[in-house]
Amino acid sequence: MRRGLLFALATSVALTAGPAAAKVEGDTVTLGAAISLTGKYSTNGKHTRNGYDLAVKKINAAGGVKVAGKSYKLKIVYYDDESRGARGAQLAERLINQDKVKFLLGPYSSGLTKAIAPITEKYKIPMVEANGASRSLFTKGYKYLFAVLSTSEQYLASSVALLAERAKAMGKKPSDMKIAMAFENDPFSQDIRAGIIDDAKKYGMKIVVDGKLPRDLSDMKGILQKVKLVKPDLLVISGHAKGAALAIRQIAALRLNVPMLAMTHCDSAKVIKKYGKKAEYTLCASQWAPTLTYKDDVFGSAGDFAKTFNKAYGYQPPYQAAESAAAVLVFADAFRRAGSFDTDKVRAALAATQMQTFYGNIKFDKTGKNIAKPMVLYQIQDGKYVVVAPTKWAAAKPRLPIPKWGKR
Amino acid sequence: MLENIQLLLDNPVALLNLLLDGIMIGAIFALIAYGMALVWGVMNIINLSQGEFVIFGGFIGYYTSTDWTLAIGPSASPWVSLEWGGISPLWALVIAPLILYGIGRAFYALVIFRLVDRDLFTSILATFGISIFLQQLMNGVFTAEDVIAQHGMGSWVLVDGTTGELVIEQVRVIALVFAVIVGAVLTFYLRQTRGGQAIRAVAQDARAARIMGINADQVYARTYALNAAICGAAGVLISMTLVIHAFSGLIYTVRAFMIVVIAGLGNVAGVIAAGLGLGAAEKVADIVIGTSYQTAFITGLLLVVLLWRSLRLGRQRKVLR
Repeated sequence: MRRGLLFALATSVALTAGPAAAKVEGDTVTLGAAISLTGKYSTNGKHTRNGYDLAVKKINAAGGVKVAGKSYKLKIVYYDDESRGARGAQLAERLINQDKVKFLLGPYSSGLTKAIAPITEKYKIPMVEANGASRSLFTKGYKYLFAVLSTSEQYLASSVALLAERAKAMGKKPSDMKIAMAFENDPFSQDIRAGIIDDAKKYGMKIVVDGKLPRDLSDMKGILQKVKLVKPDLLVISGHAKGAALAIRQIAALRLNVPMLAMTHCDSAKVIKKYGKKAEYTLCASQWAPTLTYKDDVFGSAGDFAKTFNKAYGYQPPYQAAESAAAVLVFADAFRRAGSFDTDKVRAALAATQMQTFYGNIKFDKTGKNIAKPMVLYQIQDGKYVVVAPTKWAAAKPRLPIPKWGKR
Repeated sequence: MLENIQLLLDNPVALLNLLLDGIMIGAIFALIAYGMALVWGVMNIINLSQGEFVIFGGFIGYYTSTDWTLAIGPSASPWVSLEWGGISPLWALVIAPLILYGIGRAFYALVIFRLVDRDLFTSILATFGISIFLQQLMNGVFTAEDVIAQHGMGSWVLVDGTTGELVIEQVRVIALVFAVIVGAVLTFYLRQTRGGQAIRAVAQDARAARIMGINADQVYARTYALNAAICGAAGVLISMTLVIHAFSGLIYTVRAFMIVVIAGLGNVAGVIAAGLGLGAAEKVADIVIGTSYQTAFITGLLLVVLLWRSLRLGRQRKVLR
């Protein structure tokens, strides 16, 4: 008992007196991040980390961030949140209280960002996040949360606009169009669903199937069979990587013919590599594409970022990596403009951000979400992702309607 | 809900398609349930790591079918330098059972042998532990990605007309045939061979079997490993038809449990029937009450069956074994 007490005392002393990484040590600024290095989000967690690391490396190689006349190098302290919200919140406390980190980068996924945001808010620590798109994050009045990515209700909105365009081209009214939907029952996918419903209402389109997919989805044959019966003009699916992989597999197996198919997470599900021809014609929502024409002075163009990333990590950057790198750029820019590492000054600088990065334009509204960057819609054409909407960045015309299975 | 039923009744071809799809996937569930019934019947252990054995088999299916260098990436561990693109995952139907047999043997030697003759609660806890261990192990070794095994097989269009299409996936047919063959082989093995007789003898009365000179521990080890092997094969079929993830095993354990509860122990034909029935019922429920209730439907059905059985048993004054 006594020994136990002594041990506890010793550890608590060691913890408080331990070498806490201060926010600014000499010429280094430390950022903190709890991300999913293990657990179910570990794949995307790694993309996130690679994005952060690459941005830090590039900024440091270019001489660091100039703040009030002095150059500072960036450094990131990582912890593994094991893909669990409770753990993420704990680690955020640890980063702030023990490691004395004053600036946080976001975790991967909306759920984990939701777990961490109240903590950063409580301690008034600015967090720039790149992987929490759920719109419920921006309805809570958080003052210290900034997101570089487009929020989830915008993900597939452009597919509805595209459907309306197609209706007009065929000489039909947009209100004649029918939409079938299958969305996972999680906040992120349900936001996308809400976005689609809003847009469909605007055009007076009819929603003929409104399916919810369970979290532990194992088979989609049932709902796809129903879609086959009601013959919609557009089928929209969002169920993370699992939903995307399963949908492409089973749509082909069932030979389900839809004139338009739009979904999320095509690239994280690696549908092109896995399915080849079967994935052809699918429309995929993306935050970013290497073919976009945005530019900045750290990475150069979007295409340059893709090249640098590929060289460093040996694979094409998914948008999760791109937006993560952008989050670091936003911090660097805010430090520069704030001219100080005072959290309130940096927060004010973040709120006033107005910049272009290789990832897109960034300008935050009052709630902290980025309102300057639209989503893009890819289509898989000849085994490649090609941007087809919005028209401003379209590299090719969408190939629609999707030919019937017998003719593919 | 009513309009969904109407939709199905108006489209009999689609309904038939749905039922066939369900029956064929149900065959895989039946496979997993055989194994569970075997272990339960012989060793009185409810194996909750059933689903994880399945997913493990699925990953073996995935890795046989995938280009290794692509899957592992340029940062590959130095001990994997295979340069071949994948082969048909059908080969994994042979490889996976062999590997899983070994894993089953290992778990028996480490954990399961301590559970024989202990109460059910201990065995449930221990096998649940194994399932968590396997989940984390697979997550670490095989990554947290959702994977599918490519097989290059397509679908047959049987009916193609104004009344609708009847499309049958070739893989699902293979799954059905495979399940029936395994069922037949298993029945033959248990009834006709010395090894099978030994298993049945131990199941009936382990002490008497020991006195007769049967090495009961050996029989237990073989039974448990056999179950793991069957799950491995089922997992390969799952990875060829659906999608797998390191943490998605539980649902297969629940399904197997449900089938065994309906069919009873030591009834291979009943297990097949219940498996196919569950598969078909699930698919119809998918449309009638919605896909979001997929898991709720299975557990709900389990509850109904248990209630019904306990009522029936209560009337006949029997004991649920």
